[in-house]
Amino acid sequence: MALLFEIHSLSASYGTNVVLEDVNFSVGENDFIGVIGPNGGGKTTLLKIILGLLKPVSGNIVFNADLLDGKSIGYLPQMSTGDINYPVTVTDIVLSGLMIRKGILSGMTSADKKKAVMIIDELGLTEMAGSNINELSGGQMQRVFLGRAIIGDPKLLLLDEPGNFVDSTFESDFYEKLKELNSRMAILMVSHDVGTISSHIKSFACVNRSLHYHDSRAITNEDLLAYGCPIQLVTHGDIPHTVLKYHE
Amino acid sequence: MDTTLFQYDFIVKGLLGAIFASITAGLAGTYIVSKRMVFLSGGITHASFGGIGIGYFLGINPVVGAAVFGIMSALGVEYLSVKQKIREDSAIGILWAFGMATGIIFIYLTPGYSPNLMSYLFGSILTVTNADITALGIMSVILILYFGVFYRTILYISFDEVFARTYSSYVDIFKYITTSLIALTIVLNIRMAGVVLVISLLTIPPNIAMLFTKVYFKIVILSVFAGFAGTATGYAISYFAGIPVGATIIFTLVIIWVMAKGISLLAGKLPKLKSVNSSPKKHVE
Repeated sequence: MALLFEIHSLSASYGTNVVLEDVNFSVGENDFIGVIGPNGGGKTTLLKIILGLLKPVSGNIVFNADLLDGKSIGYLPQMSTGDINYPVTVTDIVLSGLMIRKGILSGMTSADKKKAVMIIDELGLTEMAGSNINELSGGQMQRVFLGRAIIGDPKLLLLDEPGNFVDSTFESDFYEKLKELNSRMAILMVSHDVGTISSHIKSFACVNRSLHYHDSRAITNEDLLAYGCPIQLVTHGDIPHTVLKYHE
Repeated sequence: MDTTLFQYDFIVKGLLGAIFASITAGLAGTYIVSKRMVFLSGGITHASFGGIGIGYFLGINPVVGAAVFGIMSALGVEYLSVKQKIREDSAIGILWAFGMATGIIFIYLTPGYSPNLMSYLFGSILTVTNADITALGIMSVILILYFGVFYRTILYISFDEVFARTYSSYVDIFKYITTSLIALTIVLNIRMAGVVLVISLLTIPPNIAMLFTKVYFKIVILSVFAGFAGTATGYAISYFAGIPVGATIIFTLVIIWVMAKGISLLAGKLPKLKSVNSSPKKHVE
């Protein structure tokens, strides 16, 4: 499996507050990795590094230029980033996912609009295409933002706490959709809700200042409750990763 | 002969003023209402009064002073709230009153009587010069080009800044340019509606438009028409009734808004005849 990017001994901080330290990590083409860990542990910071929103203090991230550049990453942020009372329609929001490929002069072609119609249909939102975002339910909103993340056919999809705004009726649909998307893109999903995601992911990375990758989906709640992080999980897959004995 | 010429001039000036005020206020107003920057805009407006006072004192065009103060206060609020960690609404409150205080002090210090002071506070078409109308006209063209060319970029940055930063390194530049253009728009419209009333000229038309459409650029277009209806009608009423024009315009706009609200409420009660999108499902937490 080809790698999309590799992170080498990377550290990141906000001012003097070190959030990530000596992180080594990589993501391959068909990965579906759950990124777990306590609040404030650096999960979102890791996404910011991958997105280029935050520069590392030391170390680096190397993209496999043949497969991935900054333009082929889809991003589903935490709910709170957009203003849900803004007068912007579902179609407009989905289209905004194409801005990454456009310059600031940014017109949308009829092909772009067709693509948006297709994605909106695929996500079951056709009836709401002309609605404002505040007319939707939580689950529908999430699908809109997912549409924005995938309209550009990314090679890598980053999801930040998607569980935050999913309502339980849509939850299984949502993960079903992710499974389908995983056949054409790698997925990195940040969550503190380990119980929910463990049945959907292929492997997981535990982030709590340091990062520990575990090439297995077998996480138990007991592990996590006891340590805030599982211990001694050492499984060797195809992906090179740092293995540490203990972490808390 | 003199009277007709005067009337002709008055009508042309009023009509052009109404058109340009509606265009600039519709474009800038939709932006500030959508982005909930109404209070910030009120702050910019009042802060710019400081520039008017200093302009008087130094004997330069007060609109130039107001423009400098308006833009500086817009960027100053950003600086105080982001860099100095002062709450944004407090920063606005400080600059708001500081601008008014500066204006009053410098007008007081200016030798002689200042006959136009009231016109800056409440607006007066009588004191609007051809240069003012020309400036508003140029501003209309600049805003149409700016919002036309960068429509999606501006829309998406103001809807979701965090997401916009994932694909654009121009987010801050666009925010500063847009805010500066809005400050300029406000200042140029002060001649029409006055420091105290101009904020309504920007906020009422988009609120009328939003009763009827959900699409951003349609809100802009409807706002321009609503603004023109209010401005032109208010202008005519003030002319025939001999009452202050700024106040009459705002009064007319509010009446239009109330009627529009009534119409939209009535339309909501009628059986649905049209679009498939008109069955909003309320968001349930």
